[in-house]
Amino acid sequence: MKLTEPRSSATIPGTFPPPSISVWQHRHILDLDDFTQEELKLVFEIADAMTEVLTREVKRVPTLRGKTVVTLFYEPSTRTHASFELAAKNLSADTVSLDASKSSIAKGESLIDSLRTIQALGADVIVIRHSQSGAPYLATQYVNISVINAGDGWHAHPTQALLDLYTIQRHVGKLADLKITIIGDIMHSRVARSNIWGMTTMGASVVLCAPPTLLPRGLADFITHCQLPNVSIESRIEPALEGADIVMPLRLQVERQQSGLLPSLREYIQLYQLTEERLHLAKPCALVLHPGPINEGIEISPEVAYGTQSVIENQVTNGVAIRMALLYLIAGGKNK
Amino acid sequence: MPPSLLISGGHLLDPGQGIDKIGDLLIAEGKITWVGDKGTGPLQPDLSTIDATGLTVCPGFIDLHCHLREPGFEDKETIATGTRAAARGGFTTICCMPNTSPPLDTQASIDYVKKTAKNEGAVRVLPIGCITKGRQGKELTEMSELADMGAIGFSDDGEPVTSSQIISLAMDYSHDLGLPIIDHCEDKELSNGGLMNDGWVSTRLGLKGIPAAAEEITVARDLALAQLTGARLHVTHVSTEGSVELIRRAKEKGIAVTAEVTPHHLTLTEERVMGWQSEKNNQLIYDTNAKVNPPLRTRGDIAALIKGLNDSVIDVIATDHAPHTLVDKMCEFGLAAFGISGFETALGCLMALVHNGELDLTTLISKLTLEPARIIGTRYGEQGTLKPGCQADITLFDPNKEWIVSSQNFASKGKNTPFDGYQFKGKVIATIVGGKIVYQDSSVRIEKK
Repeated sequence: MKLTEPRSSATIPGTFPPPSISVWQHRHILDLDDFTQEELKLVFEIADAMTEVLTREVKRVPTLRGKTVVTLFYEPSTRTHASFELAAKNLSADTVSLDASKSSIAKGESLIDSLRTIQALGADVIVIRHSQSGAPYLATQYVNISVINAGDGWHAHPTQALLDLYTIQRHVGKLADLKITIIGDIMHSRVARSNIWGMTTMGASVVLCAPPTLLPRGLADFITHCQLPNVSIESRIEPALEGADIVMPLRLQVERQQSGLLPSLREYIQLYQLTEERLHLAKPCALVLHPGPINEGIEISPEVAYGTQSVIENQVTNGVAIRMALLYLIAGGKNK
Repeated sequence: MPPSLLISGGHLLDPGQGIDKIGDLLIAEGKITWVGDKGTGPLQPDLSTIDATGLTVCPGFIDLHCHLREPGFEDKETIATGTRAAARGGFTTICCMPNTSPPLDTQASIDYVKKTAKNEGAVRVLPIGCITKGRQGKELTEMSELADMGAIGFSDDGEPVTSSQIISLAMDYSHDLGLPIIDHCEDKELSNGGLMNDGWVSTRLGLKGIPAAAEEITVARDLALAQLTGARLHVTHVSTEGSVELIRRAKEKGIAVTAEVTPHHLTLTEERVMGWQSEKNNQLIYDTNAKVNPPLRTRGDIAALIKGLNDSVIDVIATDHAPHTLVDKMCEFGLAAFGISGFETALGCLMALVHNGELDLTTLISKLTLEPARIIGTRYGEQGTLKPGCQADITLFDPNKEWIVSSQNFASKGKNTPFDGYQFKGKVIATIVGGKIVYQDSSVRIEKK
């Protein structure tokens, strides 16, 4: 398999694929709870090579030629969906995109039936986004092809977490010993859940900051049971931001206020919005990440979102590289 | 009438009479005719004999809480299949919940269940009538007439009666009839959309939780209303430590409350939702077979429930047998039906508590026989006893026989069990209803003299 072209091979560090590919153990990408630090580092290393591919004039390598990647989205998504499509195309895979609202799924076809049909059609990888937590786990029980979780309910969003980790890794050069503050709707956030696993595995400490109504009641017990001493809970934003290396506000869905979880959006903005003034509490060079889409003026002020410390747009670009790396590892790489 | 039957050399265990010894038991014309020491019984012509050496012989199990799904949901279970599953589980009398379609809120529907059970059933079926018409929580059913037709109590199981006013009126009415109100205790506003116990596992899995308080709030309300009305209250499927404490205090005050717990709430925790974590397999899954309402709780709750049984705070063990089709369970966790198919695993599962020393055998059998019989009363014959003259409803089980649960071999249409593949120690060997053997293990040998 040839990934590199002669004129750019010099920018890829070492040989490709790297020898460390032997640490890779995954058939599926379901969450980061079962990733080792070595595996996460391998993903970053492959993503570096993919980032190099993305700088070329022709952003395409033949790595997954002849492979079919199917995206099955039961929830609307712009960036994750586009990111996976581009990633697969950049690797020369064929892509089929199924929008659950338009296909026979809307006629009552079950998830398992849809998956079996997709498998029978010859797909090699299914990328699934679903509003029900655990749906990708159900998928792995009924099909033999690789499953990538592109977000399931409140549970996990491993590719988003990996691109967050990768963005931090590229900008700071490490994750170990960083203080990472995640602010907002922790209860409903699959991004936060996956990031907790990935960030702590890489040696960072995580502060979860939210109004009490947006923190799961079982969170403290979860931290104890899952032995995550580097995760802490803070209901006020000021101490949460104190000395942070990384700050990640989460999207606040307006419906949360309507369902009574917040007294008012006004108060949320007063108490939790990441403003320039509050960002000063963090370290001077602290990075601002956001999993998108942004609710400007609610969880984050526009000045911060588009300010010098923001790497939100880099996250999007890194997302393509990360998804290319994962598709390579799942469908090309070691399995070839 | 079946021929006379001698059950010989078994361990006779009848908590009601304090019998706990090796002996013989003779059945003739559907009744128990004699109980005594081995080989000392009266001689009988045409006598068949079961060698019960090594087996426990006890009154037939009585299940106060099951779902037979007929009429209306015959794809999940029928009275014919459900009663055969009950027989395999050692149950000789089962009380079926009225959340059928149509629900058991009229004399006609109660009559339908009784007649179908008589014609097609393997064990005795005693229906429970609805508290409110259509289980809507708004208007009382014609409870007195339902009782006349054979309802042994009233419940809107599956749904709580949300209105305190309506349930207090139901209690007033049923008090006069002497029958229990059997309430499914759940504050639906608090549990709204919940899928499993609210705790660290629900947090880890990103599933909406059902807090223990959702049950306890309604238990507390019902106990207050039972005190107010003087009515008999039976709290169904108790699952939390807090409920046990509320019922304990109510009993101390003399409130007429009884309570039940299921085998699965006594043996499984919320962690079971993450899959059956064994040495061979520790992959995380979202196991819909462990999705049940009330949800599986914590180790602390289990300890309190077992203590509640030992302290007589919890009177009864009932299965809440809730069969579902494969389609109901083979789907996303959030979309799957709540419920566990429980008849055929009940004893095996409960015997683990006996073998672990958490419950003694006599207490266990009492909770499956004597105590539920007390709640039903004697209107349908004296049950839960080995007393001569009583109907011969008897269960034989081997407390030490090891077996592996295979849901595919269930007589129930509902293969939805979280115990599939579990090894149990303790197995039902034969079930006798009215002197007739309705289930026998392949190891049973009946000799004719």
